[in-house]
Parts: sequence; C-alpha cells; structure tokens
Amino acid sequence: MADPGADTKNLASVVFARRGRKKMHWTDIFSYVYLAFGIFLMFGPVLWLGMSSFKTRAGLLEFPPTFFPLGQIEVQVEGYKKPLLLFDVQMDDGSTKQLAQIRRIGIVSQMVDPKNPSEKFKIPIGQRTKVREFRMAWENYRDPLERFNFLVFLKNSVVVTVVATLVTLLINSMAAYGLSIYEFRGRNAIMLFVIGTLMIPITVIMVPVYLVITNLGMVNSLWAVILPGAATPTGVFLLRQYMLTIPKELIEAARMDNASEWTIFSKVVLPLAMPAIAVLAIFSVMWRWNEFLWPLIVLNRTEVYTLQVGLNAFQGELDVQWHYILAMTVVTLIPVALVFAFLQKFITTGIASSGMK
Amino acid sequence: MTRNSDQPAAVKNTVVSIAGWPVQRVFRLLEYPFSKIQKGVGIQGMPWIFLLPNLLFFGIFVVIPLFINFAFSFTGGTELFLSNRVYTGTEQYRFLLECETFGDPITCREDRFWKGLYNTFVFVFFQVSFLVLFSLITALILNREIRGRGFFRAVFFFPVLLSPVVVALIWKWILLRDGILNAFLVSIGMDKILFFVSPEWAMFWAVFVSIWAHMGFYTLILLAGLQAIQPDLYEAAEMDGTSKERVFWRITLPLLWPNLLVVVVLALIKGVQVFDEVFVLTGGGPGTATQFIVQYIYNTGFTEQVQDFGLASAASIVLGVILFVLTMLQLAVTRARDNG
Repeated sequence: MADPGADTKNLASVVFARRGRKKMHWTDIFSYVYLAFGIFLMFGPVLWLGMSSFKTRAGLLEFPPTFFPLGQIEVQVEGYKKPLLLFDVQMDDGSTKQLAQIRRIGIVSQMVDPKNPSEKFKIPIGQRTKVREFRMAWENYRDPLERFNFLVFLKNSVVVTVVATLVTLLINSMAAYGLSIYEFRGRNAIMLFVIGTLMIPITVIMVPVYLVITNLGMVNSLWAVILPGAATPTGVFLLRQYMLTIPKELIEAARMDNASEWTIFSKVVLPLAMPAIAVLAIFSVMWRWNEFLWPLIVLNRTEVYTLQVGLNAFQGELDVQWHYILAMTVVTLIPVALVFAFLQKFITTGIASSGMK
Repeated sequence: MTRNSDQPAAVKNTVVSIAGWPVQRVFRLLEYPFSKIQKGVGIQGMPWIFLLPNLLFFGIFVVIPLFINFAFSFTGGTELFLSNRVYTGTEQYRFLLECETFGDPITCREDRFWKGLYNTFVFVFFQVSFLVLFSLITALILNREIRGRGFFRAVFFFPVLLSPVVVALIWKWILLRDGILNAFLVSIGMDKILFFVSPEWAMFWAVFVSIWAHMGFYTLILLAGLQAIQPDLYEAAEMDGTSKERVFWRITLPLLWPNLLVVVVLALIKGVQVFDEVFVLTGGGPGTATQFIVQYIYNTGFTEQVQDFGLASAASIVLGVILFVLTMLQLAVTRARDNG
C-alpha cells in the first residue's frame, strides 16, 4: 500500500493543475470550492427529486427521509395467505432475530419466525426495526398515467408543442423571407412594428387576449394556447439575420429560371437557413412545453390541461399526493432533459448570439 | 473506412427526409395558390403576401388587444364583451392608484395592488442584485482555464430549460415541513422551520429559487462578453506583473460593463413580470406576502368570484408603463454596448 498522504497530494496536484507553473492564487481555490458547491446546489435538488419519485407513499412520509427509495421486505410464511412484513427484533435475551409480523395489536405485535412457523412471539413494537431493501416504486409512474388524467395531459402537451412549433416555423420564416429578400417601401416601418411587439409581453395584455380568444370561440381548446404566441418577434429576427447572409445572386439566378417566389422560398432559401430554423425550432419546443401562465388562464377543464397546468392543479389539492406529483414532475422534465443533452450547443450558442430565452 | 464515416450522415439524412416528407408535401400543396397570387399581385406585391400571416397574428393577438386593454380600463362592470360594458372614465385608475399617504399600502383604496407593487419591488431589488452578482462570479470562474469547462457550464445552465412548475415543485419538495432541508436542520440540532408560514422566509425562497432557475441564462451572456475581451490585454498586464485583483478592476470590469448593464436591465424586465415559479411555490402566500403585480392581475381578472376585467386591465396598463420605461432603458444600453 502506498502512503495515503502521497495519494492526496497527487490528487490535489491533478485537481488543481494549471497551465503554467505559477503558485496558487486564492482565486484558484475559491473557484474549485465554488464549482464543487455549484454541482451540489444545481444537481442536488434534481437528484433528490429523482430519488424521491421512486419512494412509496409511506416512504415519503418518513422523517428523517432516507436517500435511496427503500421498501420493507415481505416474506411468504407457511400457513399464512398474505405475505408478511419482515422485522429485525431485539429479543429479551439480547440476541436479534428476523421475524415476520402476523398482526399488530396496540403496542404489541404478534410475530412468527419464518424459518419455524410454529413458533410465535409477542413483541413490544419498540423492539423491532423494519428490514428494508432498495426498491423502486414504479407504480408512482404507472398509476397517474392510468388512473388519473396524466396521459391526456401528456398528449395535450405534445400536441400543443408540435403544432405550435410547426405554425411558428412556417409563419415566421415566411415573414423573415419577406423582410430579408425584398427591398420595398414600408420595410423599415414593418421592422419597427415587429420590434414594438417585443415590448408587449402576454402579462400586459392577458385580459384582452382572453376576450379575443372568447370571441373566436376557442376557450378550452388547445388552439387558444397554440395561436396567440405563434408569431414571435425574436423568431422573425433570428431568421431574418440569417437569411440576410444568403447571397442575392442565388435568388436572382432562380428568378432567371422562372422559379416562382414560393419556390425560391421553399427550395432555395429555407434549406440554406436550416441552422437558424433548427435553433428557432428548439427554442419554440421549449417555450411551448414549459408555458404556464397563459394555458392556466384559457384552459379550465381537466381534459384540455397541459402537463404544466395539470401538475399545478394536482399539487394544489387539499390532500397532496406527493408520490404521484414527484413522478409526474420527472415525466415533465424528461423531454427537456433530452433536448438539453443532445442539443446543448445549439441552445447555448443561440442564447449567446441573440440573447433570447 | 469511408462506409463507416458515411453511416451517421446516411442515418441523419433518412431521419431528415422522413420528418421532412410531410413538410415538403405541405410546401408543394402551397405552391399552386402562391403562384396564382404572384400572377395577381406581381413580384413587388409578394413581400406583403409573405408577411401577411405573421402580421395577422400580431394584429389579432397583440395590436388589437392593446387597444381593447385601454377600452377595458375605462369601463366597469363584470361583462367580458365590450358592448355590454359601462363607460366609467378614469374610475378604475383612481380606484387603483388613490392613497391617503403614499408609501403606506394599507391607506390605499386598493391595498392589494399596492402590496403587490411593493412586493414586486422588494423581490426585484434582491433578485436582480444577487442574480447579477452570482452570474458574474460564475461567468468569471467559467472563463478561467479550468478542467471540464463545458460540463460546468452545463451544470449552471440546465435549470434555465426547466419549466417554472417543475422548478417550483422541486424546491417545494425540499422545503416542506418534513422535507430534506428541515431534516438537515434537525440533524444539526436546530428546530424545524415552516418556510411557507413565515412571510420573510417565503420571500427569501421566492428570490432564491428564481435565482437558481435563471442564473445560467445571464451567466451565458456575461461569459460571451468576457470571451470577447482581447486576450493581449491580459497578456500585457501579466508581463507588467499586475496583480489579479487589479486586472479585474482595471481591465475586466470596465470592458464587461456594457454587457453587465444589458444583463441588469434584462433581469429587471423579467423580474417585474415574476409569476410562474413563485405562484406554484408559495401560491402568493402566506397571506399576500409573495403576491406580485402579475398575480394581482391574474387574480382580479380570472380567479375572483367577480371577475373584474376593467380593474385587471388598468393594473396591466400600469405594469405596461413600467415595462415600457425599462425597455427603453434596455434599447439605450444595448445600443451603447453595440456601438461603443
């Protein structure tokens, strides 16, 4: 065995290695402490959510909580129909035995030795501790999807996200095309108008948009969620910025070949603008999946709830069923986590270059 | 060898063509009507055709509502449709804004609104200061030569993508009476704290959770700003043996300043509109301790027994004015950054 002190030193020199050979500055140590604490603070809560979501209802009520989801072991004992709960029991003579509980009467529990079913004991409940094993409560995930409406919420969320993203991409890329390829009178005015709409977030016009939606007869339909946010100024900007870089000669050449404007748009410009469209698509998917305030206003019936609204309604009930809520929170989180895992680069460069969120 | 490297591309192409097939169908279907339209309006009319759907959406869901908003705020009653509403002049605004002594919400006619305004102010003050401070520290650290920079950037960034409901539920689960934080407090010999019963704690966690969720976004913007600073400036400073502290105050901070201003104003604009996370986390409670302007509008217009659309509209116009001022500020600082 090597000297443990040398190991720590090696480890430290690996962890704190820097390019160059200058001596450590206090900011170096601070940085690593900060980052370590950062991992704990940012990942910890999500990890805790994941662990908790696999605990049974009884497991969640335990205080202090255990880190891993644990379930009490049940054993089948000869002569008993139902499986019995297993306990470690401190016997009167000081030894410990594993016994199964037949029934509990007040503070005394009637127990049996699983290896020797004829022998019965009466044990005060203070002398027994549960025997537990790592067990995931998958029913937390299954039940809300089967018995409650979560499958419907999930479907609604998917429909809203997909349809809204397609509409957003279509109308915003058309507008961006109109604003980037053509020179026409009024173009600057339109640009100003589009910038202007940036200044009016939904929080300011909730009431009148609700009136418009009511007038269109769309309250409690998914269109009420899809349509109002479909035209986004940030989307138009992002796409227009990109389309401006497409060489004019390409478009001129296509016009020479008698291509219609729509053909130029769909066959020449859109394929070239794919990187920008991909960024907008990713953002749109995340905006729509996560949207909360507006769906909360226009969706008042459970069968049209999206996941976010459904989760909120579920956690607002008097008897909060945390074992289901935590599992459904994980389900709500998964698509975003997948998008992030695979498309992180798109997202971070998208934000850094356009400042949109 | 070549086959291997072509395979991912081939897979990608297949996926793209399968997903793209319905899209292509739609585009082909639209080709005929659009060529007809082009015959009608000529090439110089086409930009308007391309702009039309977007402008229609903006018109219906932004511009018209903006005007209706004013109309609502000058009428009273509980009817949703404008034709049924009674003109009341500036009554809604007077009801909303009149106070016996300003600065003391309880003496105002609509004390809930003022409480919401006051709460929003407190929230924004603490949230924006600490948000910018921690984003700056994180960006500075991520800008150093550290191992696993991409990983750490992701660590701080990922909560930005979580939905506000998910964020709020994650933290609510930690902060409950029998939650893990209280378990920790008990284990170090302290008493449990009922975080959602104490107004101060509720506000603290509202600020904390919202910083936790949004810090990554601002960190990213500041990091881009830091990376735009010329490396030769640092090299020159190093040659001169300038201390790190001095480099920060004399080079990094002044050059990052325009970006920092943009971040502050962006955070202000978002902060004033705080609703989602806190609504799910605390429900505005205890009492009205964490009720903000947007929740006041939401409650007044949509959840109360008597839906008071006029009052909600008047309140949202007040919010709109605040946001307008902040947006003007944003345009000014953004222009200053991009020009200077």
